[in-house]
Amino acid sequence: MKISPAARVAALVCCVMVALSCAGQNLVQKELAKFEKRVTVKVLPNGLTLIICERPEAPVFSYATIVDAGDANDPGGESGLAHMFEHLAFKGTKDIGTTNYAAEKVALAKVEAAYDAYDTEYRKRVGRSPEKLKELHAKFETAEKAANQYVIPNEFTEIAEANGATGLNAETSLDDTEYFWSMPSNRLQLWAYLESDRIANPVPRQFYRERNVVMEERRMRIDSSPIGRMVEQFLATAYVAHPYGRPGVGWESELSQITATEAKVFHKKYYVPANITVAVVGDVKPADLAMLEKYFGAIPAGPKPEPMTTVEPPQTAEKSVIIKDPTQPLYLEGYHKPDYRSPDDAVYDAIQDIFSNGRTSRLYRSLVEKQGIAAMAEGFSGFPGIKFPNMFAFFAVPNAGHTPQEMRDAIHKEIEKLKTTDVTDAELEMFKTRARADLLRGLADNQGIAEQLATYQLRYGDWRELFNQLNRIDAVTKADIRRVANQIFVPSNRTYAMVEYQAPERPAARSGEPSPHPAPPPKSAVQPHGGAR
Amino acid sequence: MNWKRSTALLALAFTFCVGPAIAQEATVVIPPDAKKLQPPAKWEKIPVPPLHAFHPQQPTRIELKNGLVILLQPDHELPFINGTINIRGGARDVPEAKTGLIGIYGDAWRTSGTAKHNGDQLDDILEAMAAKVETGGDIDSTSLSWSCLTKDENQVFGIAVDLLEHPVFNEQKLRLAQQQAVAGIVRRNDDASSVAQRVAAQLVYGKDSPYTRLPQISTVMGITLDDLNAWHTKTLTASNMIVSVSGDFDPATMEKSLRAAFEDLPRGAAWPKPDTEFAGPTPGVYAVDKSDVNQSNIWIVGLGTERNNPDYYALSVMNEIFSGGFGSRLFQDVRTKLGLAYSVGGAYGASFDHPGVFYTAASTKSVSTVDATKAMLAEIHELKTKPFTPAELASAKDQVLNSFIFHYDSKDKVLAQATQLEFYGYPADFLAKYRAGIEAVTLADVERVAKKYIDPSKLAVLIVGNEAHYGTPLTALDLGPVHPVDITIPMPAAMRQRMGGAGSE
Repeated sequence: MKISPAARVAALVCCVMVALSCAGQNLVQKELAKFEKRVTVKVLPNGLTLIICERPEAPVFSYATIVDAGDANDPGGESGLAHMFEHLAFKGTKDIGTTNYAAEKVALAKVEAAYDAYDTEYRKRVGRSPEKLKELHAKFETAEKAANQYVIPNEFTEIAEANGATGLNAETSLDDTEYFWSMPSNRLQLWAYLESDRIANPVPRQFYRERNVVMEERRMRIDSSPIGRMVEQFLATAYVAHPYGRPGVGWESELSQITATEAKVFHKKYYVPANITVAVVGDVKPADLAMLEKYFGAIPAGPKPEPMTTVEPPQTAEKSVIIKDPTQPLYLEGYHKPDYRSPDDAVYDAIQDIFSNGRTSRLYRSLVEKQGIAAMAEGFSGFPGIKFPNMFAFFAVPNAGHTPQEMRDAIHKEIEKLKTTDVTDAELEMFKTRARADLLRGLADNQGIAEQLATYQLRYGDWRELFNQLNRIDAVTKADIRRVANQIFVPSNRTYAMVEYQAPERPAARSGEPSPHPAPPPKSAVQPHGGAR
Repeated sequence: MNWKRSTALLALAFTFCVGPAIAQEATVVIPPDAKKLQPPAKWEKIPVPPLHAFHPQQPTRIELKNGLVILLQPDHELPFINGTINIRGGARDVPEAKTGLIGIYGDAWRTSGTAKHNGDQLDDILEAMAAKVETGGDIDSTSLSWSCLTKDENQVFGIAVDLLEHPVFNEQKLRLAQQQAVAGIVRRNDDASSVAQRVAAQLVYGKDSPYTRLPQISTVMGITLDDLNAWHTKTLTASNMIVSVSGDFDPATMEKSLRAAFEDLPRGAAWPKPDTEFAGPTPGVYAVDKSDVNQSNIWIVGLGTERNNPDYYALSVMNEIFSGGFGSRLFQDVRTKLGLAYSVGGAYGASFDHPGVFYTAASTKSVSTVDATKAMLAEIHELKTKPFTPAELASAKDQVLNSFIFHYDSKDKVLAQATQLEFYGYPADFLAKYRAGIEAVTLADVERVAKKYIDPSKLAVLIVGNEAHYGTPLTALDLGPVHPVDITIPMPAAMRQRMGGAGSE
């Protein structure tokens, strides 16, 4: 029998790997044992979960606060609220960012009343008076000005940064909201004060100006970005019931009408200690727990928010959205799949790895290397979130002169192969080996560890799942991969988006001349494919 | 479960955060005088004990007889070994007709492989061990790096050395790299913010400068295997290389194996620094019209300085006050007070061996383009006219000094710093000097450098946006006529036709 060089390498690699896989498992067990000694978890009487991880290499620490509420929790008509609130959490508290909170509180109530009056007039369907609207807006601006006199802008971040905070930021996804920074460890108590105070006592100061800032964020990430526009249309097409179909930053109309009162309601419901996990990693000790508890334990308790009732119903026919844009073509398709608690979760990870991870991956070897039709091609699990039933998605960037349709055909060929033929031993083993190594590589910095410990503690009720997930990964079989592929990669479960090039329409108005019309939205068409099943 | 979203491009579109990536280093703000009238605030009463003593482990420096420098940084926390070989010479050093060579070289070097194992075989062998050997190219260097579990070091390092010394560049992989490069070229006008960043740099350095010229389809497709081999032979000399290794190894054993691998390399000639002129931008207003956006990217740019400038410390403090973070003048005004932008930033840039870029950038809705530009110009102007206050100075210095430890709080960071200083021939105590330098900066120093270096009459204003929707014409900036910038992608006619006329926007 003739054996090709490639096959020989593969066979060799295989033998080596059986030996390595046990060694890899031991390394992970060793690391878990080390973490057992370094990690302390305490659920405070008010329900907040506090995690400390000692890593005393340098006198610094990083933290991650995860609030188990993201933009999927935005109430109807208020998309973008969770993210808007996240911006608010940097605006200070009753003690920070104000020269006189008692007076400011009164002034802010007047701002809210003035805005409400304006808003009520603005939303009138019949009989809206332009004069009255103008007058109400002027009154609102006067009230805003009155409130602003008490504001010390950005004082909260100023205190943190002057005390050495770096990497200070926050992120809101559809699933949750995370706050984080790193600081010298002699500021641990200062941090505990700042963080607990903004969780318990945020003040919606300068809310409506910040809303303008967030509108700019929307313009940057969605409206003015070809990929942003495509993703927004794709998700809105793929989901009919679940809020995963809404853009996290919010629809323009809804975002532009969010109020400080709505943000307060959101805070009261979701920023309760029982819904919050805080992890601190670095030069910290279990002895610091008492001090931390003093601050975080003081956040008033509240009922844990009730879980969401909406579950995305099964898709019954293929759906698509075709966008004609003056940009180069793109292709994105997705298949609905269960949330992260599914017993098959690791199987999806295996498919992602085999399809997408590096130059040995199937999509790279086929679409990029062999056929030369794509600049990149990937399949990935957990889009646009993981907490609720989500999608396994494929994204491909065609090479010059190649079309989205070619991407689609080539991806479907690879999917078909996965459904009809077992993956190789080498591929499956490679997935498991890389999962172990990636896990270990992720333990090299305080910020990364803080985020992971908090996330796993929150999602599984035990940070050890960060390590123990490898058992589920090790259990994945070839049969699992074929079974899952056949289950979800079917046309009726598919939504796709294509971006196709269309030359820009040149408006008559040239440089500088004002145009009476607002910018046109990207052209898009949503077409249910009835007959695709 | 997978927490890391694999597609960075898509992640951009569905994670939203309070600060854009542009605000790199944080900063501090002027506490308004109002605060001083109040009794001490709660946070002011919180004790800040002295920071625990900390002596970061410095890497061991070994210079071989042939001039090759080795930096070793053992770190036994995790069972990995990571190495990087930095080689002098990069994109700024290739002839203009070969623009794009370094990108292609960085790709094809690794994907081609060696006589022993071609690139595809290397992929199989390495990925099965969850190991990496990668090559890449940059503006002034190329590099080869490896990363593996401790137990695989012998095999993976062997592959790295084989690839370093015996690459066999392959026609097919060259073509793949060219194809990838062309895919990037035809897409380079799709994203308005990257168009703005690119054109802004070209305004400062010049369109044909070795630092900013663009690879074109013609230059990329003209690159041959001979070009790759010639570049490799030319740069692969011992005195031109720095080898940095960190991780779980015994230093004596590691030194032995590195010596064995590199001691016989020829010394080679010292790599010459390119002789480039930096005239700075031609002042004026420049515009790129993009019909598919509703937000303008505004960049106001001029020439910056070099890091060995004795005024670097005072300029760093000025940067903090001007645009260092949430509390900076620029952020406070354009974002917090005016609500005109989400993304806002700037710096009087200092590079290691050539002048950096002085930039002020923001993105704002089309209709407030002129207002935002005016606000940004006013902030720049105020660097010279609005006196810096003792509170601003104290805040800025606190910020730099209290966060200073994050320059060296891990062994990897210390090694990366040391490597960078070695590469550019800076003294090893540069970081310590930097700290002392910042501490010594006075209000008079900041006033002096602002007056000396900030010259609004030497700046170019670039606006990439949807012209039809500005409302107020750009001529209202009172900076003279608006110069349209042509960003058409040069493309063979047949190709443009096949792509439906794309690339001309």
